[in-house]
Formats: sequence, C-alpha cells, structure tokens
Amino acid sequence: MIEIEDLGKVFGSRWVLRGLNLRVERGEFLTVLGPNGSGKTTLLKVLATLLRPSQGRMRIGGRDMKDGAEIRRLLGFVGHESLLYEDLTSLENLRFYARMYDVPGAEARIEALAEEMDLAPFLGEKVRTLSHGMKKRLSIARALLHNPPVILLDEPETGLDQKATAILLETLERFVGERTVVMTTHNLERGLKMGDRVVILSQGKITYEGRKPLDTATFPETYFKYTGARP
Amino acid sequence: MKVLDRVLWALGLVGILFALYLVFMWVPTADVREGIAQRIFYFHVPMAWISFLAFSLTFLGSILYLWRGTKGWDHLAYSGAEIGVVFAFLNIVTGSIWARPAWGHWWVWDPRLTSMLVLWLIYVGYLLLRSYTPAHQAPRFAAVVGIAGFLDVPIVYFAIRWWRTLHPGPVIGTGGGLHPTMLTTFLVSLAAFTLFFILLARLRVGLRALEAEIEETKEAWRE
Amino acid sequence: MRKALVIIWKDVLSEARARDLLTSFLLYALLAMLIFYFALNPEIVDDAAAGVLWVAFTFAGMLGLSRSFFLERERGGIDGLMLCPVEREVVFLGKVGSGFLFMFVAELILMPVFSIFMNLPLFIPRLVLVAFLATIGFVSLGTLFAAMAANTRAQELMLPLLFLPTAVPLIIAAVESSALVLAGAPWGEITSWLQMILAFDAIFFVLAIFAFPYVLET
Repeated sequence: MIEIEDLGKVFGSRWVLRGLNLRVERGEFLTVLGPNGSGKTTLLKVLATLLRPSQGRMRIGGRDMKDGAEIRRLLGFVGHESLLYEDLTSLENLRFYARMYDVPGAEARIEALAEEMDLAPFLGEKVRTLSHGMKKRLSIARALLHNPPVILLDEPETGLDQKATAILLETLERFVGERTVVMTTHNLERGLKMGDRVVILSQGKITYEGRKPLDTATFPETYFKYTGARP
Repeated sequence: MKVLDRVLWALGLVGILFALYLVFMWVPTADVREGIAQRIFYFHVPMAWISFLAFSLTFLGSILYLWRGTKGWDHLAYSGAEIGVVFAFLNIVTGSIWARPAWGHWWVWDPRLTSMLVLWLIYVGYLLLRSYTPAHQAPRFAAVVGIAGFLDVPIVYFAIRWWRTLHPGPVIGTGGGLHPTMLTTFLVSLAAFTLFFILLARLRVGLRALEAEIEETKEAWRE
Repeated sequence: MRKALVIIWKDVLSEARARDLLTSFLLYALLAMLIFYFALNPEIVDDAAAGVLWVAFTFAGMLGLSRSFFLERERGGIDGLMLCPVEREVVFLGKVGSGFLFMFVAELILMPVFSIFMNLPLFIPRLVLVAFLATIGFVSLGTLFAAMAANTRAQELMLPLLFLPTAVPLIIAAVESSALVLAGAPWGEITSWLQMILAFDAIFFVLAIFAFPYVLET
C-alpha cells in the first residue's frame, strides 16, 4: 500500500530523513518509534504530501507522489494541530471537509460518525470552546470522513491526560479495522500492542524493525540500544 | 584564485584605468552646461547594464533551480541578486549625482532612474527574504521572487513611462546619438565593468558553494 | 474546480463570526485617510484625492492579506487545506476569491466615506469599476507574497517589501484611472488605463497561480 524508496528530506543543510526504505502492506498497522528529532513527524508529513521529499520516491495505493491530489484522497491525517477552524462549529468544520473530499451522503455520514465518536452534543459548538480531548476526537472524525484506506497518526496521545489517551486509543482501535495505519508515538506500551510491525527511527534512518508479538518488558532496552535514548 | 580569475582581474583593472583616462582626459565634453558631471554617464549607464546582466543571472538561476532543484543554480541566483543590488545602487547614486548639476535637484523622477529604484527594492526584498525565511524554504521563495521581479521589470518601466507622460518632468541622459569618441569611451568602460562583473560572479558563486559545504559538514559532524 | 467556492464560503463564514479582517481593513484605511488629511496641505488634498484613496486601500489591503494568512497558519488551517484532495492551484483560487471579496466589500464601504471627506458625490460608479478591476490584480499578487511572508519571521516587513515594488505598475494605473474619473475625464481616456489594469491583472494572476504551488509546498 505504501512504498518508500531511498527517501530523503533536507532542511537547509540538515538531513532529517535519509535513505529511507519502507513498505507497508495493505491492512498493516505500523508503529514508528523514535526520540524527538528522529524525523518521525517529517516522515508522516512527507507521506501526507505536506512536504516534498528532497530525494527518493514514494508510492501510496499504487499512485506516484506526483499525483498529489489523488494520494490525498486516500489519506486521513491526524497531526499535532487540529486542522480545525476555531470560529466555526464542529458541524461546519465537518461539512467543509466533507465537501472538499466529495463525501457522498455527507450529512448522514457526519451524523453517524458524530454518534459513534460521541461528538453529537458538540456539533453546534464553536471549536474554540472545545477541550483538547474533544478537538482531538473531532480531528479524527475529520480524518475519517471520507473513509480513507490509509490513516496517518502523529503522536495522537500528545497533550492528553491518561484517561483521555486511553479513550482515544480505544476509539482508534475501533476504527482501524481493515485500514492501513502508520502511527508515530512515544507511548511504548500502546505502540507495541497496536502495531503489527514496529520500526525505530533514529537520526532519520530506520535502525530496527520487529514484528508482533514483542515483549513490552524488554523493549525499553532494545529501544535504548537502537537510539541511545530512553523512551 | 584560479588562472581565469587572475586574468579577469588584471584585464579588468587595466580596462578601468584605461576607461578613467578616456573619461577624464580624452573624451570631449558633451554638454557644456552640465560640465564635468556629464562624464558620469560613462559609468552610470554601464552600471545599469551590469545590474540587468546580474539580475538575468538571478532569473536564469531561479528558473533552473525550481525546475531542476540543484543547489548550484540557487547559488547563481543569489550571487546575481547581490551583485545586481550593488550595481543598481551605484547606478541610482550616480544618477542622483548627475541630476544635481544638470537639474539642480538631487532627485528628478526620471523614468529610468525611478524604475531602477523600484528594481533595486525588488531585489533588496529578494535578499531580505532569504535572511528571514527558514533555510529549507528560502531558496524556493527567493526563486519565485527572482522570476517575478525580473518579469516585472519591463512592466514597471512601461508603467512609469506612461505615468510620466501625464506628469512630465526632467529626463536624465543624453538625447540623440553618440559621437564616435563618446561611443569608444562608453564601450571601453562597459567592457571593463563586464570583466569585473564576470569575476565577481565567479567568486561569489564559488563562495556560496563553499559556505554551503561548510554548513553541511557542520551538520554532519554534529551527528 | 468549484471546490474553490467551498473554500471561499468557509472563509466568509469564519469572517462573519470573527468580523476580524473586515474591521481591520476599514479602520486601518480610515486612519490612513485621516493622517493624510492632516499631513497634506489642505489646498492640494483635493488634487491628491485619488492617491490618498489608493494608499489607504493598499496599506489596509496588505494588512488584511497578512492577517488572513497569519490566522490561517495560527489555526493550522493551511495544512488542512493542503491535505484536501485538490490541486494547490485550487487553494490559490479559493484564497484569492475570499481575499477579493473582503477587500472589495471593504472598498465599497470606504468609498462613500472617502467621498464625504473629499467633498465628492457619494456614489461614483466609475470609481467602483476601477476599484473592482485593480483589486483583482492586487489580491492575486498579494496572496502569493502573503503566503511567503507568513513563513518569515518578519512578516510585517516582508509583505510590503515584496509586494509594493512589484505592484508599482498596478498602483500607478489604479491611481491614474481614479484621478481621471474624479476629474471627470472622457470615458475614452479612462478606458485606456482600465485596459492597462486588466493587462496587469492578467499578468499578475497568471504569475501568482503558477508560483503558488512552489510556495505552498516545501
């Protein structure tokens, strides 16, 4: 589903990603771990076509990265920023994105999603008034509107407390289903639990690859070994 | 310095000295009213031409950088802009110096001089944009400005000229043709400036490339 | 693509709630006009009317564009637009569309005010036409440079510095046409300047729409 060949991204003179080769199969859940500055967010942004690679190639769903618009149709991205318009209500935000993504039966779809994600009571509220956790859920709803086969999650647990994180990850597990997912996270336990495959990114390169099942107890040592940092 | 650079330097120096001699000793005064100030023309106009030359390098480099992505083109674009800004500035200043004895004011809204001022501002914008933008975006943004600015130049000149038909005023510059002695002097001066320009361009591009290399080495070493 | 209209609608809706951009433009332009009135010799102000108007529009317009992009970036909105399955040019059309709408509406509100200050008839259709045409080019070029400036750490400086020299032809044409209109010049004279404005609009629009994807994607 996702193929990356020799991917590199340079910011000025700093190579944040270099010579990355990666394949993610359809329906696979890939967890990407790594310390801050390892290039996790950059990788996700390149996949989301928010950034252009400085070298290498990328294909998603068989489409080359040149077909930006077509690739984006297949993606649902949840990043650090909510990507929501603060002055508009949740409903208006979802309607906007539904129209941009050509979602068929938009109203019904929005209603259904809102029900499932427990957002119905907040539909008429301006996004500015929502709590961080609610914004996160709304952001995920936005990403799922068009039923994308690929979901990209960038440290979804950031900024949420324990309880909210637990709810969030539970919600995610419910929606993942058959989709291909790439998730970056600092939460070792959840990452290992949810991922079919785990990859460690260090200084822009993949230094470790492992398949389920992985032992949560010993993993911190492995992590340290491959990154020189504690999770 | 490489051999070619030395040659350029030597030839350029000779050219400039020769031009100075021609300008101040040899060529007759063209306009008695303007007096010695008129001789600025032999420097003022070549500076304009050189700045255009420089900015066309920027134009070329910008297009190729956006198309190909190789840093070398960006170095060329940047160097062109820097040199162009300097020569445009000199052109404006010499123009002002010329205007004073010729018309009594330090500034006359002459179409060419005014256009040059606008052009200078456009490329000052280019340079400042580069300092204020994060490194990974700077070359691309600058390339856009490099292209837009260059394409804008004829439009600016045209608009200012038309504007001036509505609000006429003094015009700097020689009307009519050039006497052979004047032409010779002009061409010598132009040639000398061009040689220096080529030298400067080569040196500056080389310097940029070195700077970039140093940055990359520093980054690599940091890891 | 008509998705540009969706973007425009979204911007209009946001603005209707916040009423931020429109008020900034109106107030800023009003202040500019006021300062001009004090700064210039009362005898020549009437002659300079067209210039006063367009300086006010220009600076207020730049403020508006700059705020529009700043706000979009603040709320992470630009990424949201960039994730949509549309070409970058569509995003450009959307931003230019909403930018034009805001600026033109603001101009429509300001012109009667200006007329009151300058002792002119309240409604001058030809002036409205000039404003309409010139604003197209203004917003096209301005959107491109505002997108760039929003990424620098000296936004308030960079937008005017990039925009103004490049927009000189458009400003000259706008001022001259306005001056001719206010002086009651024959329609034939005015149309030649209007044609120039249209030509500049076309050039700037094409330039901007080509360059925008390069600016948006890094």
